Amino acid sequence: MSTNIPEELLYTKSHEWVRDNKDGTATIGITDHAQELLGDVVYVELPEDGSVFGAEDPAGVIESVKAASDFYSPLGGEVIAVNEQLDDEPELINSEPYGDGWVVTLKLENIDDLKELMDANTYINEIAES
Amino acid sequence: MSNTTPQHTPLYEQHLKAGGKMVDFAGWEMPINYGSQVKEHNQVRTDAGMFDVSHMVVVDFTGQDCKAFLQRLLANDVDKLKQQGKALYSCMLNEDAGIIDDLIVYYLADDFYRMVINAATRENDLAWINKQAAHFDLHINERDDLAMIAAQGPNAREKLLATLDDASATQVSALKPFFGVQIDTIFYARTGYTGEDGFEIVLPNEAVAALWNTLLAAGIEPTGLGARDTLRLEAGMSLYGTDMDTTTSPLVSALKWTVVLEPKERNFLGRSALEAEIKAKPTTKMVGLVLEGKGILRGHQIVVTKSGKGEITSGSYSPTLGVAIALARVPVDTGDHCHVEIRNKQIVARVLKPPFVRKGKSCL
Repeated sequence: MSTNIPEELLYTKSHEWVRDNKDGTATIGITDHAQELLGDVVYVELPEDGSVFGAEDPAGVIESVKAASDFYSPLGGEVIAVNEQLDDEPELINSEPYGDGWVVTLKLENIDDLKELMDANTYINEIAES
Repeated sequence: MSNTTPQHTPLYEQHLKAGGKMVDFAGWEMPINYGSQVKEHNQVRTDAGMFDVSHMVVVDFTGQDCKAFLQRLLANDVDKLKQQGKALYSCMLNEDAGIIDDLIVYYLADDFYRMVINAATRENDLAWINKQAAHFDLHINERDDLAMIAAQGPNAREKLLATLDDASATQVSALKPFFGVQIDTIFYARTGYTGEDGFEIVLPNEAVAALWNTLLAAGIEPTGLGARDTLRLEAGMSLYGTDMDTTTSPLVSALKWTVVLEPKERNFLGRSALEAEIKAKPTTKMVGLVLEGKGILRGHQIVVTKSGKGEITSGSYSPTLGVAIALARVPVDTGDHCHVEIRNKQIVARVLKPPFVRKGKSCL
């Protein structure tokens, strides 16, 4: 099975992806590799609009038939949008992890924090090692 | 596990070929799923799926004291088994009425019974059985030469029968639920662990890969241990080591129906402790829960009732019902609703008597 890791995104060790929206906000989800490890996603506990997180704070929970897994905010910031479609269709995380399966959009506390994240190549090496 | 080298069943290559995601299960490397647990679950509920259960342990008892021995060993009474091939579900108890294992025993002849026990409890079970058998005239034979496939689902019976020669098909199609028959080297039993119709098929290790391939060609899809767990949970069937163990008796495990106390002369192992527990009245019971709010029920979550706290023993998302369900041990006078603590929130759940799903239909 080949794992999809889009070039244009940034990544974390805990398998979140981050899309820099170039306007001080970033959209976040979990990677194809992460959804494969989790198996069928059946429930997503989303953060509330307006919640404020620090980098690496737990921001939600993604539950598959197998287990519950924390979703970490890769960056500090305020939640300005959550993907409410996941309430009814949590399986979007499996079928479209980088598209309709996105989880939250944050208004970043500091856009320079994006530089701390991994690029696609580094993430590929990271998961190859684990 | 002291032994770190995982064991493989004779179907290991078939699992890899089918894309099985292999995980450790009681020292065996087994498929948790072949891509999607939910898809495999639904396949069994609506059509037909098969599981490799070769890691389970087949034990044959032969000799003139078989019946007397099993009447001593088991809390259910093999005297109920009058017809050849009939199966019985039972607990095997210790002297304190704690459950050592749950099992199925088949009556094949007056001097021949077959038992199927769990893989995880193998060593402990066999040590206990052999110890208790010391003064009985019988042979105990662990059949490591045998493998087992469970073919389950509303179409499993028809699909399996279509693969058999006429003579075998006639005998196998005549099997009523909870009966088995030996035909040459293959034992077919109309039993299972999913709440669906189907068969468990026991056959020599060297023949099992060919049967797997035949069933696959007949449209019976590989199904992993993950789906096996959600299927049995929906069917309200307990899992040894999770819902019950040596610290719980059948009385607090919703298994009182498997305990036979008459005749009083039958002095089965655990009987006096069980009678004392009945007299003292158990303070807990096993129930089913359906979550009414959002979230997923999981093992070890705390159940809050007006009469005190309880605990979920196994919980998951029910693919058939689209809600979270669980088995839980709760105070004996728990009403029809309770709360479950999920990540510091209390969520309402309905209390009911399992099963949740039977033969593809919701029981809610």
